[in-house]
Amino acid sequence: MIRYLIRRLLWALVLFFAVTVVTYVIFFLIPADPAQRACGQLQTQQCLEQAHHFLGLDRPVYVQYGKFFGRLLPFDFNGLAHGHSPIKMPSLGISFANRQQVNSIVGGAAPVTASLVFGGAVTWLLISIPIGILSALRPRSLLDRGAMMFVLIGISAHPVWIGLIFLYLFAFKVHIFPLGEYCNMINPPVGTSCGGPVQWFYHLILPWITFAILFAALYVRMIRANVIETLNEDYVRTARAKGAPESKVMRSHVLRNAMLPVVTMLGMDIALGLGGAIFTENVYDLPGLGRVLRLSLDNFDLPTTQGIVVFGTVAIIAFNLIVDLLYAAIDPRIRLS
Amino acid sequence: MALLDVRDLKTYFKTDDGIVKAVDGVTFSIEKGRTLGIVGESGSGKSVTCLTIMGLNAKRNTITTGEALFKEQDLLGMGMRRLRQIRGNDIAMIFQDPMTSLNPVHKIGNQLTEAVLLHQDVTKKQARARALELLKAVGIPRAERRVDDYPHQFSGGMRQRVMIAMALINDPDLLIADEPTTALDVTIQAQIIELIDQLKDDFNSAVILITHDLGVVADVANEILVMYAGRVVERGPKRSIFYDPQHPYTWGLLGSIPRLDRPKGGRLASIKGMPPSLINLPKGCKFRPRCPHAFDRCVEEPDLRNRVEERRQLDRCWLSIDEKRDLRKATIKGQEAVA
Repeated sequence: MIRYLIRRLLWALVLFFAVTVVTYVIFFLIPADPAQRACGQLQTQQCLEQAHHFLGLDRPVYVQYGKFFGRLLPFDFNGLAHGHSPIKMPSLGISFANRQQVNSIVGGAAPVTASLVFGGAVTWLLISIPIGILSALRPRSLLDRGAMMFVLIGISAHPVWIGLIFLYLFAFKVHIFPLGEYCNMINPPVGTSCGGPVQWFYHLILPWITFAILFAALYVRMIRANVIETLNEDYVRTARAKGAPESKVMRSHVLRNAMLPVVTMLGMDIALGLGGAIFTENVYDLPGLGRVLRLSLDNFDLPTTQGIVVFGTVAIIAFNLIVDLLYAAIDPRIRLS
Repeated sequence: MALLDVRDLKTYFKTDDGIVKAVDGVTFSIEKGRTLGIVGESGSGKSVTCLTIMGLNAKRNTITTGEALFKEQDLLGMGMRRLRQIRGNDIAMIFQDPMTSLNPVHKIGNQLTEAVLLHQDVTKKQARARALELLKAVGIPRAERRVDDYPHQFSGGMRQRVMIAMALINDPDLLIADEPTTALDVTIQAQIIELIDQLKDDFNSAVILITHDLGVVADVANEILVMYAGRVVERGPKRSIFYDPQHPYTWGLLGSIPRLDRPKGGRLASIKGMPPSLINLPKGCKFRPRCPHAFDRCVEEPDLRNRVEERRQLDRCWLSIDEKRDLRKATIKGQEAVA
């Protein structure tokens, strides 16, 4: 078990290197210069050179990457030489665009994205589990055909389009939901118009549904297929031959097995969403990672982009590990070694 | 009164291609404490017959007619609630493939106790004690430890023992074993059959043993039912079926058994051709297209009747007793006779 964890963590490190290096390389392949943004109207040679030096862009790429990586390490060797504590907070650097600590930018945006993604996951599970099971129990029924229609629409419709339609219908035409905006669940900043769990929930209902529709559609299809497949398993017949009532057969024999692959998918999809639910966040004006990512790309703000990539990578690696551990706990056939 | 009395049982499946007559008028009965062997090749309707009796066929697109009287109650007509009380309690079933018949995510102990708790008003502790008792009875070594193992930690033969334990845990009056040894090694097969036979006596149950292998029923069955294309083609006491078989299909089955008392070098006899499509059955005798002895009269539907006087042996073949006596030897010996 311990060996397994160590091996997984080493792999995570390799993956982390690969992802961050690729982001760096891509950034330097794009023919755009953050210094131009920094100088604004004053595009003189002198200003550009100063900006390059100031942002550290006059150094070779590998040096820049090395500095980035050094900031991420929780050890400070310089500090040790000067007699300070060698342990420090890992830092993602400072934004090119607004000189803020990227740590605090990501730290501020992550709860928004997490609210959206976890709430969205709950929403899509609430939609897909009952529909998936019911249509598996009555294949080709009216309900099943209706569900398959929903799946088709859900997979085809783009979240941006769904978001805009929802905003137009439920916020602009009929004023039952707010027009975008995010409210902190706890500790709303001074001067903001809304805050608290109720407002948080109320403002997130439309984004959750928008974000969840695609996944709900995919999950309905997956759960339906899994349940149908499991219903045909020999051990389900055994359970019926024992005299178990259908509800018990469903609960303890069918669902337990049919939901195993769903757990894996759920972990992957949540991790993917945490890297930034770009479309939904931008439509609803939610200050989450997805919107920060888009803005940072517009500004050629490498440290912020990289910070979000790091966060997303860590989220994916962490959730993969959680899913694997969880899977071993719920499926006795899998032993980690 | 027989324990189970099946009368003119028919199970038809509606498919896109037409109606599949999987079971087409099967009649038999079994007494308490007896063993009935149902023999036939794949697709002859053996399993469907038993699944129908248990009510385990999918309801959709299935037409079932006839009667299956268990202790004088019709299993086919009764409500689900009553049928569930009988399943696993009065009638239990063992399936063909022990590798897939146990739920992979539950400990075998829990799967056994589930069967007890569904039918008996006992505590979990008592149910577990009963599960242990049964695991020991079916010969699982170190049962106290294995009871908390998962199915994948057992071998095929051991899993089938667990299935047998699960089937017998509520002292059923009737045990249906659907090809219990087909998925197992030959060495294990005999053990499992012996185990079923021995436990049948210990638990005083009747057994229906379904198999495509006449060799399997040779030791344990009292009576044998030979099925072909959803029908019974021959039925009788074991001795009669082995020593005085009446139907050419039974001859073919007997000829296909490898035997040590046969001269070396001779090939096993095989039945030519394939079983007929259950959607488009041939007219008259269903075995006619494959039967080497078919004659004019075989296009008429034969009835199941007793041609050998003073014996409880029924068959569905138009040949006269004398003709059969001459033809039979050649068919069973197969290639030998030709050579």
